[in-house]
Formats: sequence, C-alpha cells, structure tokens
Amino acid sequence: MPPEAKTAQGSGSGSPSVVPTRLEIKRSPSDVPLSPPEDVPVFQVDDLSVYYGSFRAVRDVSMTVCERQITSLIGPSGCGKTTLLRCFNRMNDLVEIARVAGKILYHGVDLYHPDVNAVEVRRRIGMVFQKPNPFPKSIYDNITFGPKVAGIKGNMDEIVERSLRRAALWDEVKDRLKESAMGLSGGQQQRLCIARALAVDPEVILMDEPCSALDPIATGRIEDLMEEIKSEYTIIIVTHNMQQAARVSDMCAFFTAEVNETSDTRTGVLVEYDKTEKMFSNPSDERTENYVTGRFG
Amino acid sequence: MAQRLADRDGFSLASLAGERRRVRKEAVIRALFLAAAALSIVISSLIVFTLARETYTFVTQVDLSKLWSEGWFPRRALYDVRTIFVGSVLVTLIAMVVAAPLGMGAAVYLSEYAKPRVRRVVKPVLEILAGIPSVVLGFFALVWISPEIVQRLNSEAALFNLAAAGIGVGILVTPLVASVGEDAMRAVPKALREASYGMGARKVTTTIRVIIPAAVSGLVAAFIIGISRAIGETMVVAIAAGASGGSLFSLNIFERGQTMTAAMASMAAGTDAVKGAGLTFQSLFFVGSLLFIITLSLNLFADRFVRRVRQRY
Amino acid sequence: MQGRRFDAAGFVFRLLLLAALFITMLLLTILIIDVVTSGWSVLSTRLGDFLTGKLGSIPATSGIGQGLRGTFFIGLFVVVIAFPIGVGAAIYLEEYAPRSRFTRFIDVNIRNLAGVPSVVFGLLGFAIFVNALEFITGPRANGATVISAGLTLAVLVLPIVIITSAEAIRAVPESLREAGFGVGATRWEVIRSHVLPYAGPGILTGTVLSLARALGEAAPLILVGAVTGFLTEGARYSLESLQERFTAMPIVIYTWAGRPQPGFVENTAAAIVVLLVVVLLANTVAILLRNKYEKRR
Repeated sequence: MPPEAKTAQGSGSGSPSVVPTRLEIKRSPSDVPLSPPEDVPVFQVDDLSVYYGSFRAVRDVSMTVCERQITSLIGPSGCGKTTLLRCFNRMNDLVEIARVAGKILYHGVDLYHPDVNAVEVRRRIGMVFQKPNPFPKSIYDNITFGPKVAGIKGNMDEIVERSLRRAALWDEVKDRLKESAMGLSGGQQQRLCIARALAVDPEVILMDEPCSALDPIATGRIEDLMEEIKSEYTIIIVTHNMQQAARVSDMCAFFTAEVNETSDTRTGVLVEYDKTEKMFSNPSDERTENYVTGRFG
Repeated sequence: MAQRLADRDGFSLASLAGERRRVRKEAVIRALFLAAAALSIVISSLIVFTLARETYTFVTQVDLSKLWSEGWFPRRALYDVRTIFVGSVLVTLIAMVVAAPLGMGAAVYLSEYAKPRVRRVVKPVLEILAGIPSVVLGFFALVWISPEIVQRLNSEAALFNLAAAGIGVGILVTPLVASVGEDAMRAVPKALREASYGMGARKVTTTIRVIIPAAVSGLVAAFIIGISRAIGETMVVAIAAGASGGSLFSLNIFERGQTMTAAMASMAAGTDAVKGAGLTFQSLFFVGSLLFIITLSLNLFADRFVRRVRQRY
Repeated sequence: MQGRRFDAAGFVFRLLLLAALFITMLLLTILIIDVVTSGWSVLSTRLGDFLTGKLGSIPATSGIGQGLRGTFFIGLFVVVIAFPIGVGAAIYLEEYAPRSRFTRFIDVNIRNLAGVPSVVFGLLGFAIFVNALEFITGPRANGATVISAGLTLAVLVLPIVIITSAEAIRAVPESLREAGFGVGATRWEVIRSHVLPYAGPGILTGTVLSLARALGEAAPLILVGAVTGFLTEGARYSLESLQERFTAMPIVIYTWAGRPQPGFVENTAAAIVVLLVVVLLANTVAILLRNKYEKRR
C-alpha cells in the first residue's frame, strides 16, 4: 500500500492536533531516516492500530526501529506501549479479541501476512516479561526448552553456558544448573529469562518493563546487561521509568492516552519519536516536555 | 550474529513461514483435540435420538388408557406413569428433608464456624464419603435404616419401604449438597463479612442476615442439584424399596414402592425378557425420556442460579 | 441483657449447624461400622476363597472373583478410553477453542451431560453398545458383555473427566504459557512441556475420582445386562472372555442384597467392604493429592 494513501486516511480519522506534523514525515520511513544513514531498519511500523473487540487500544502508530539499538517506549499507564510491543512478535495473537490494522514490516516482510507463522516470528523475536516467569523446572531446562522445540542441533551444554554467560548469570548458577529456577532471586530469575530468550538465537529482544518487579541493584545489573548485548541484538523496551529510558536507550518513543469522552476509553497515540538525547533535552512536542520533566503523567 | 546477517540477505516471506512439519503437526493435534471435545455432542445426540425413537414408538402404539391405570406393571401392559412418578416425588421429598438441613447446616458450619484445622480434616472426609457407591447405601437403607429408624417410627412399616429408600438417598446426596453449598458460601467476598463485623454485628447476625442472603443463589443451586441427583438415583430405591416387577399406586411411604429409576432397573434386570416383550422395551425408554427431561430442566435451572452468583462477584 | 440474649441465639444456631455436620458424619460412620461388622465373619475366616471364588447359591462357598474381574475390566476401559478423550477435550476447550458459539455449546452440553442420571446412560449403552453394536461387543452374549459395560461407563464419566481436567488446566498461570510462547514454542509444545505438568496433579485427582465413581456404578450395568447367573467361565482375564456374559462388584452386591437366605447378608457386607476399600482408597489418594498441591500454590 502506498504511504501517501495511508497518510491521508490516518490524519483524517483522529483529531488533527493530536498528530503533530513531524510525524507525518515518518509515515514513509524509507525516505527520511531518523538515525544516521548506516542504520539498518529492522521494523517499519506503518499506521498501526490495535483493537480489542471494538475498543481501539492504540491508533495510527508509524515508526522505524533500527538494528543494534535500544529503542524505548515510554508514556503514562494505559497508553498502549505494551500492546504495541506485543505486536512486534505477535504475542497479541494469544488474546483472542485482539485485531491489528496497518502494517509492521520485519526486514520488509509483513509480520501479519497470512503465510507468516507466529511461532517462527517469536523464535526470531524474543521476549522478556514484566514479572520474571521462569518455568518451574531446573535452570538448565529453562534454557534448553527453546532450542529443543526450535530443533536447534548442537551441544545443549554449550548453549546453556553461552546463554547464561551472555546474561551475566553463569558464575552465579554454574554449580546448580540442575536445581529449580524458582529458587533464584527475582533479579536472577529475570536474567535467566533473558538467557532463555537468548538461547534460541533471536535477532530482536522485546522487553516489557523488565525491571518493574526488581530492586535498584538488580535493575542496574539488567541495564548493564542490555548495554553489553546491544552490539549483537536489537532491543525494544517498554518502561515506566524515564531515567531508565534516558540511561539505556538510543531512540525513544513517547506515547500518551487520548480519552474518548463518550465511551470513557483510552486510546494510545504516538506523540513523538526521536533520539533519546533530543527527547530528554529538547523535545519538539510540548506534551513530551511535560512528561519528561515530570509535569504530567 | 554472522549467521543471522547472512539469513537476512535472503530474507523473505518464506523465512517466516515456519517449519512445514511443525506447522502440520500442530494442526493435526488441534484437530484431534477438537474431535475429542466434539464427541460430547455426539454422545448427547445419541442419548436424545435413542430416547426419542423408542419413546415415539411407545407413545404412538400404547393404549392410552393403560397410562392411567391401577399401577405400574409393564409386563402386563399396565403403564400407570402416575405410580412411579409419585414414587419418585415421595423419595425425593424424603431425601431432601434429610439432605437439605444436614447438607446446608454442614456447609454453613464449615464455611463460617469451623476452625481451619477442623475444616482441613472434615472437608476431605466428606468428599471421600461422597464417593460411597449407591448400592452400598441401598444395602444400608435395607439392613439398618429400615429396622433401626423407619420401623421404630412406625411399627407397621414393611421391611422394604419408600421411607427407608428416601432416607438412604438423602444420606447419599448430603455430601453433594454440603459441598456445593459451601462453595457458594465461600464465594461471598470477605469484604462483606468484614463490613458486617465492622458495624459491630455478631457472627450469627452476619451469617443469617448478610452471608446467607448473599449466597442464596448458590444455596438454591445446591438444593436443586440435590433434587436432581435424588430423582436420578436408582440403586438405593431398587434395593430398599423392594417392589420389583411392578407396583400398585400408593401414597404410603411405609410400603413397598417404585420410582421411575427403580422401575427401569427392575425391567432391565432380566434383559433378555425385555428385548422381546411387546412395548415393555419401549416403556423403558419412555420412562428414561421423562427422567432425562426432568433432570435436564432441573440442572439448567440450577445452572442459572450458579451463574447469577458468578456474575455478582 | 440484650447482649446476653444475642449470645444465646448465636449459641443455639451454632449448635444446630454443628449437629447437622455431626449427624452427617455419624450416619456415614454407622454405615461403615455396620458393613464391616456384618461382613467380618466372612472376611476374617475365608478372605482368600471369598475374593477368588465363584458366585453360587450356597452362601458359605460363594465368592466375588467374577465380580472383581468385571470391575477390573470396567476400570480398564475407563482408563484407556475416558481418560485420554476427556483430557483431550479439556485441552481443546481450555487451550485451543475460540470464544465462539460452538465452543459455548460444547461447554454447556458437557455440563448437562454430567448431570444426566446414570441409569439414562445405561439406556444409551443398551441401545448402542448392546443392541446396535452387538456384532462387535459380543454376538455370543447378545452384546451384554463387559465391553458394552466398560464403554458405557467410559461415556458416563467422560463429562466428569472433562470438567475436572478443564478446571485444573484453567488454574495454570497465563505467565507460564507466555514464557513458552515467548521462546517460539507452538501451542502443543507449551501444553506438553508446561501446562500438563503443572495441571497434572489436578487432572490426576479428577480422573481418579471419576474412576472411583465408575467402579461403584450399578444402575447402568443392569441396563446393559450384567448378570449373576449363567456366567460361562470363572475369573478369567483373557481377551476373548471380554465377549462373554459378565458381572461386576456392584451387581454382585445388588443381587446378594436381595437374597433372603441367611448368610447372604454377611456375604453382601463383605463384598461391600471390598468395594469400599477400592473406591474410598482411590478417593482418598486423589483428594489428598489435590490438597497437597493446592497448598503448594
């Protein structure tokens, strides 16, 4: 579908003041790269809306996510950040009433094309959840489950060690790999979940508020870890914590919720998407500025 | 990483199509489970179909005057439905006179009064005892309830009598009523209890004025499920009420008698005879249809009450 | 004064409730003591003969071997047929089924089937397995065989197996499924590796309870033509014996309970003790298992 047609449609549907003109440009991400030219786009989101039944959770999002960068999604509660994140690996398919309109291209392939297999998508695009959710099995089995179902041949011991090392957990657990993962601390469990995601060799890792259930020390370790693995993976992170977004991310997208007066429902909209530095020092939109300076949200 | 970059050079829709074998396996497994679930519909249809077919034959061929005669004697072509229907009603009434106060009382006690330690022991014991087979209660009704309870209340009572059968059925459904009732009581939110105590109400006041009214739909459901189970109970009556072969119309609960279920069992007890004997075979299905319709209506009715509780909390 | 009167009311109310519980337990205790004491003379003097002997008209030499054989095969049919189909249906309803009218219909249908009196299932077994499928279930015995009985009782407990298994599966936390999907597992891989192990104890409890129910049922067996006379063979466990006339423990109890000769009361009580040991033991194991795992969560 040509981007021009989408633009007309998109701006017609919402109140014009909500979508700043800057965003209109980004509807065709290929012609105006937002980041330095050597950046390779991984995702191109084009006019994406997500519905739960008749309720529209997110509307008209367009943005480009680039390789080997950390992209953060920030904004107040109920602005659809998590909903959007779960579109990138089709986790929303599991919510039966969820429906997606618009497009997400992954290396140019429409993720929601009928021939695309959601299971394969999730193998390539891993996910780390808000609450650490290790399987109630041994640490070893937690890591090997993904590679096994994906049919990855190879020495499982090596995969376990490599994944745990990358997640900076190896030294802490190498002597008790056969013990239950439920015995680990919250922060260790979350790093195990990251290791588990890395074990299937994904290209992208989606993180849904990965530190919200952790204390500051554990949070710091996860942030360091993200910084370390960034050279090999593309990371998209949803966070409530603005300092975290400012610390770890290269690109930052600010979302807010529009309240529908008649139905009292909230629909998320993308306000501004730019380099994190700019978002936090000199944002273009007043709403972003209010949010990052703590005046709202 | 190197591998992933190489992958991307040839990246296309096919890269995300998934492994063929794995996709197909998933579809096959899903279809198998669907078939398992759909089997329940096949079973229901078969029940309705077989009942309807023979019942139709019965209703169209029976001499209608025989449906209202002096008693239920299928082998003599006397099909007084009244006799066995009233028998079922009497047994169910007696059963509920026993099961309703015992079951509800136990439910209220366990949910509101029992200490956690007591509850932890008594509840599983009740659940285990709920599994006592009905033939066992039939035997108990005959050798203990009848002489020790019924014949003491009424020395004229026969050894085989409807009253003993009714009490036996009552004991059988008590754990069920208690269990469903207790679930209903516990579904009442804690906040409601605390609000009542907060206003200085005593336990008895809270229980009677607040918890029981709040749980009333579930308690009614427990009661109806109890009735449904009592009507459908066969073996206790077949053993303890003793009227095999047939029964005259009677309202005397201290005499032999028959219920719809016991009539079916007694007819089928010599299956070979049933196969050939005129409408006897069909009458079996006719009674089965009545029983099916009655219990289905009761269950649907109870289900509405259960759902009302769920909606509210 | 007012306060004292209220206390009295509370005391009486509490006493009434306690009486209800006490009478219930008392009656069930009397039942068990009664059958054990009446059956004791048989159980204590000739237990071995009693368990293996054949049915006969002389109480002192009659045994329940044939009844145990029938009950064993009925249990086998329930385990082999009702368990896999029931758990499969529960998996479909909880994990795969879309929220459609058809699903709701299946669900309501199963709930209603669970409330159908057992004697009506007996009619179904009589019409289908005994009459219509006579050529399979046993032409020599006019279809009135343990195959028909086993199939009928498998159908009888199927709804209970489905309902209890579905409840156990519903109790599996969603985060566990998400963790599995997140690393690129298919629905079935998640079910097999994570949902079923977690729901296992609950499913096992439900299935054992329904097995106990099947072993104690008599009414459907009368309908499908269980007999206590003219049994061609004794306690044989061979496959071709499945197509012969049969009896089962509840039928033995029913028949003996109706015999006026002295000696049969003791035999009936002894047979009841044997059946109760099997059924209540199964129930106890199942319920203790469930309570243990419920506490763990």
